Amino acid sequence: MEGGLEQKYDLAVVRWFAVMAVVYLVVGASVGVYIAAQLAWPFLSFDLPYLSFGRLRPLHTNAVIFAFGGSTLMATGFYTVQRTCGVALWSNKLAWFTFWGWNLVIVLAVITFPLGLTQSKEYAELEWPVDILIAVVWLAFTINFIMTIANRKSSHIYVSNWFFLGMMVMITYLHVVNSLAVPVGLFKSYSIFSGVQDAMIQWWWGHNAVGFYLTAGFLGIMYYFVPKQANRPIYSYRLSVLHFWALMFGYVWLGAHHLQYTALPDWTGSLGAAISLAMIIPSWGGAVNGMMTLSGAWDKLRTDYVLRFLIIAIAFYAMSTFEGPVMALKTVNALSHYTDWTIGHVHSGALGWVAGISIGAIYHLMTRLWYTEIYSVRLVNLHFWTATIGAVVYIVAMWVSGIMQGLMWRAYDEYGTLAYTFVESVGAMHPYYVIRTIGGAIFLFGAVVMLYNVAMTVAQSASQGRLQRARNLPATA
Amino acid sequence: MSEQSKGMQERMERNIWGLLIVLAIVLSIGGLVEIVPLFYLKGTMEHHKVPEIVWNHDAPGKRPIVEVDAEGRQRWNWAAGDGVRPYTALELAGRDIYQREGCYLCHSQMIRPFRDERERYGHYSLASESIYDHPFQWGSKRTGPDLARVGGKYSDQWQRQHLRDPRSLVPESVMPSYPWLDGNDLSGGRIQRHMRGLRSVGVPYHDDDIAVAPELVKGKTELDALVAYLQVLGTMAELDDTEVYRE
Repeated sequence: MEGGLEQKYDLAVVRWFAVMAVVYLVVGASVGVYIAAQLAWPFLSFDLPYLSFGRLRPLHTNAVIFAFGGSTLMATGFYTVQRTCGVALWSNKLAWFTFWGWNLVIVLAVITFPLGLTQSKEYAELEWPVDILIAVVWLAFTINFIMTIANRKSSHIYVSNWFFLGMMVMITYLHVVNSLAVPVGLFKSYSIFSGVQDAMIQWWWGHNAVGFYLTAGFLGIMYYFVPKQANRPIYSYRLSVLHFWALMFGYVWLGAHHLQYTALPDWTGSLGAAISLAMIIPSWGGAVNGMMTLSGAWDKLRTDYVLRFLIIAIAFYAMSTFEGPVMALKTVNALSHYTDWTIGHVHSGALGWVAGISIGAIYHLMTRLWYTEIYSVRLVNLHFWTATIGAVVYIVAMWVSGIMQGLMWRAYDEYGTLAYTFVESVGAMHPYYVIRTIGGAIFLFGAVVMLYNVAMTVAQSASQGRLQRARNLPATA
Repeated sequence: MSEQSKGMQERMERNIWGLLIVLAIVLSIGGLVEIVPLFYLKGTMEHHKVPEIVWNHDAPGKRPIVEVDAEGRQRWNWAAGDGVRPYTALELAGRDIYQREGCYLCHSQMIRPFRDERERYGHYSLASESIYDHPFQWGSKRTGPDLARVGGKYSDQWQRQHLRDPRSLVPESVMPSYPWLDGNDLSGGRIQRHMRGLRSVGVPYHDDDIAVAPELVKGKTELDALVAYLQVLGTMAELDDTEVYRE
């Protein structure tokens, strides 16, 4: 019975997180397009400190990972755990604390990054007072999630929740250890680690922010929303158990592949690379499980635009989890490291997989949580094509520029001297940086269309009084 | 195996606390194995094998790193090539600016052991060279060139002009201009606080290094500091091409 949903669950906080996720998608992508344009046309920073690339790039990465990704995870996490456990949240108050706390973190990021307040560790740039706030809010999210599961009415813990839990535990480890620093001012601190150990800890964090935050968490989303939207059970329970544990155990090791051929001891880098290769299997296990859930219902892809988003996301996931291990191979890494190829790889994961699965899940939530139809299905379709084309244009531009950079840096002429100066490789990147900016802008246009569609859906629900009616229903057991 | 693991899985799916504990253990293994040995395996740091890489700041006559006499003249107790040492107050102020402006996002400081990198940037980087780098600045992307050994490659004048307006010297450059560094003066008190902070996490500053800091940064701008930092990069230890530092 859908009737008593509002009475049975805490859904208001889910609605707020879902809407904020879309707002932050637009914000994060806008900053991304702007700094991409700066690399093509450097005058665009207007010689202002607050707009320079080095200060805005952390704003872009943090906005998309923590603001957009975080809001999506919290919306879907709070929704999924209630629906699969059959109970309301353990604490509605704590959930609202999580909402306001997380948004405060984001506001602080927007203020501090342009001011140049940074720990200068990638994706962990926020300074120590904000780090402490993140830890508190994250634990509030985690404890609420765990206690809701502890209160559940169902006998078993559903697979989505395993993935969310894995993410929560691992992100707690990573955030706490990687952010350990000695404060020397209100917004200035130094990492307690130095050099090679700091590098290993940073990339243990860096890769697992991807592996757990952006993969495990979003697999949790996949395991709930794909079967729901397709109205079919998950393809294989056994596969989900296997790939879950393989992913939990294996992903943690991968960070070292970011440091191959560096001053990190060879054993560590090679270990990271070897396990990276092995990770193709569990990653594809998840992709197959998501994709094959549609087995026997492929025709739905013709009519269901939300499902299209979810499935194309899984396709991007499969592609980038194949590309990742390839890039971890020593010979490939020697070429790809330090180049735009890495940026392309990240964006096939971020634009294709993470954004795709999030957008699908949020469209799904729109109809369920506002008790109405999507304002415009045609605009969802437009969004689907702009997101997909934008992502592909972006990725291809970075593949070409990345491989070209790598090859130019190592090219020799017939006299045995380096064929190109560094700056010649910079000059050669210009057309690809322009194309990348265009790809990003196409993607951003789709995000703006989504924000409009979401706002209009909320307005439509309000004018029809749908949400109000749902709230006024008598409580059912 | 499958029967037993099914039983285990079944129990965890019914017991949130069991699932949590097993997850907490499984998730910690990879990090422990890869990170903890780096703190105690001697082979991690090349100066265990070749001690000259790191400067002995405790030796007699070796402190502070740089002195300032009554007339404001500097006298150095360290010379380029003597070995890796903590940054002076001015260099550290420059490093703070390097961090603040996010230079590490486009410039690596980690030369890999390849022929082309040898010719473009110099000797491959050693772990011992960044022992005093809190946090490390190895970077992950070369939108611009590696800077691990940029020290001494260009004149101070070139560096200043390049930071103010990169395209006036390198037309194809996509680096932002940093005109604001010129106008900002340094604070002696702040840099002393930073040095004390670094000392608390293991950087071997002596009291007199910290005492002399205000003298060293007096009248200097952020641009001076950043140039001082860039000019010392890679010049501390003199590396020998015939020596095998890493296995």
